[in-house]
Amino acid sequence: MKVALFIPCYIDQFYPKVGIATLQVLEKLGCDVTFPLQQTCCGQPMANSGFASLSKGCDINFVENFTGFDYIVAPSGSCVLHVKEHLQDDKHPQEALHIRNTIYEFTEFLTNILKVESISASFPYKVGMHNSCHGQRGLNLSSMTERMLPEFSKPEQLLNMVKGITLSKPKRNDECCGFGGTFCVFEEAVSVKMGKDRIKEHEDNEVDYITGGDTSCLMHLEGILKRQGSKTKTIHIAEILNGFCELVKSE
Amino acid sequence: MTVKHAALAEKFIADEPRTDWHDETLWFVREKRDKAAHGLPEWEQLREWGSQIKNNTLSNLSNYLKEFEEKATANGIKVHWASDAKEHNEIIHKIIKKHGIQKIVKSKSMLTEECHLNEYLQHNGIEVVDTDLGERIVQFRKEPPSHIVLPAIHLKKEDVSATFHEHLQTEKGNNDPQYLTEAARQHLRNKFVESELAITGVNFAIAETGGFVVCTNEGNADMGAHTAPVHIACMGFEKLIPKAEHLSVFLRLLARSATGQPITTYSSHFHKPRPNQEMHIVIVDNGRSKQLGREDFRNSLKCIRCAACFNTCPVYRRSGGHSYHTAVAGPIGSILNPNLDMKANADLPFASTLCGSCTNVCPVKINIHEQLWKWRQVIVTEGYVATSKKLGMKGMSFVFSNPKVYRFMGKMGRGVMHLFPFMVNNKLNIWSKQREMPVAPKESFRDWYLKNGKSQK
Ligand code: SF4
Repeated sequence: MKVALFIPCYIDQFYPKVGIATLQVLEKLGCDVTFPLQQTCCGQPMANSGFASLSKGCDINFVENFTGFDYIVAPSGSCVLHVKEHLQDDKHPQEALHIRNTIYEFTEFLTNILKVESISASFPYKVGMHNSCHGQRGLNLSSMTERMLPEFSKPEQLLNMVKGITLSKPKRNDECCGFGGTFCVFEEAVSVKMGKDRIKEHEDNEVDYITGGDTSCLMHLEGILKRQGSKTKTIHIAEILNGFCELVKSE
Repeated sequence: MTVKHAALAEKFIADEPRTDWHDETLWFVREKRDKAAHGLPEWEQLREWGSQIKNNTLSNLSNYLKEFEEKATANGIKVHWASDAKEHNEIIHKIIKKHGIQKIVKSKSMLTEECHLNEYLQHNGIEVVDTDLGERIVQFRKEPPSHIVLPAIHLKKEDVSATFHEHLQTEKGNNDPQYLTEAARQHLRNKFVESELAITGVNFAIAETGGFVVCTNEGNADMGAHTAPVHIACMGFEKLIPKAEHLSVFLRLLARSATGQPITTYSSHFHKPRPNQEMHIVIVDNGRSKQLGREDFRNSLKCIRCAACFNTCPVYRRSGGHSYHTAVAGPIGSILNPNLDMKANADLPFASTLCGSCTNVCPVKINIHEQLWKWRQVIVTEGYVATSKKLGMKGMSFVFSNPKVYRFMGKMGRGVMHLFPFMVNNKLNIWSKQREMPVAPKESFRDWYLKNGKSQK
């Protein structure tokens, strides 16, 4: 199984740990992983701001980098959703379509394709799960309270395999954190207020960490937590599944 | 791009306890809706039916409208057509003038808000009294409703008390809801008794029968229509449904989605005028046929105005309805209003995180967040965005289209502002106003991978 690793631009630049953990988990699970070296960004920041016309260059570069694999995996639901819904390359339509059909968010890849049943990680902390909207509602990674369908959560299914972990749910289990791409700057006041409210529910549960599948939401929440001088930290789900201790060593 | 929503929202949030209260109150309504919907195993089926009936209606609209007009006319209702807000207001004014009427009551019509009927009539020396409690409160305060179902939800009981003290001479500082409601009731009772003309909205108009249904919880639409000798109902043409039997789907969806009630307290069916009464219906376009012609946004005309998308919207809950500076606020308003005036409302489709909650809560399955995304593209294409934003986006596009440039920029700065220039507006880094910046690591993932990645295998 040839898997290409897509590490979105902001993870590459600011959160390499998340990329490392993703790679290591996939390799531990027996995947033949390649990181295409000329990758940059999926184009989402432009497209979501109304400038889809300016993401052509990104699209072409993306198709060039990610053609020829069985699967593409990324530790970011929103970037995966963007590629799935909007990737276009007029010169290579077949390749673009293949990518759109075979790109997976990390936890979905683990549960649906690799069908992981056990994980040898331990994480003896109290953890609050943050459902990122694009993963939850866009990619259907977990059920949502708006719809009257059976409850499930792919990320939680994986976290429950981790030894020592105590998962806790915030009261509003699927409320948006307010990141929203460029929303976080153009609507700064609402964005921060939403983030503060999200944090408060997790803090009420006295969690040590807030985790999730989307580094962008975590970056936003981390920014607020740090400004508030909170003890609560953020951590990407890949880092937990990779075994936190190992990660510290590899840094 | 105008920054209206962002600026107004910031002003609203400045009073954080009030913002929390607003958020919690609406969330409570959203939770009530969840409970009511969970009580129906066929909920998702109902949504599908609701959506399909509306699809059918929109695809055959001219036929259904013709059918409705014929039946309604045969029933003795006078049908009027208004192409825009101005014509709507003029038609109503003409009817009022014809009868030489002074005292008018109104209930449940967001359409008249959309058309600014009150202001228009006032300008022509005619007073209209809004009779629904929430609407009356905001009318006293000379504010527009902040929510299409709960028009005064932005106000606390203390605010209402102060308003009533000023206008109804209630006891100063008496915040007892029972006392205040009673005062409003007594005040409105007189208005009803004296009224000569009643204006109501329309929730559903039925092509098959030529009748229409008005849903209210306070019964004010009935009270007005039943006492006044003239009844004018105003409806946007999208309120049509083909058959009476379809009502069963919508009446079950509407109240549950709006307030969590199994059914609205009063679902009043109007089919013909009483003896000696005159009944008019004004059917309004006001941009609707234009929206019908926009393939990507046509779906928005399925809306039954339940406001579930308002209550679920995390942005709406924390920015208040007035931040949307239009009659219909919230997620659906952000789709409808750019159609009416793209320049003035170019900011609205951006007032969303695209979290998708609205789409999934909507009882008629409108793909709200996808339409918001699409509006953004249209607004940018039409040139209604700030030059600074455009330049930032162009810069980003250049950087991300060129891997070498991207890596160079990353290495140089490894700061948000280098890769995401939009995060920096002039000298102020907006991100770090209330948030810390991410700490830049020494090496990027790619650098790490080049050193260690291969050896992992
Ligand atoms: S868009 Fe849907 S949820 Fe929003 S008011 Fe209309 S019907 Fe209700």
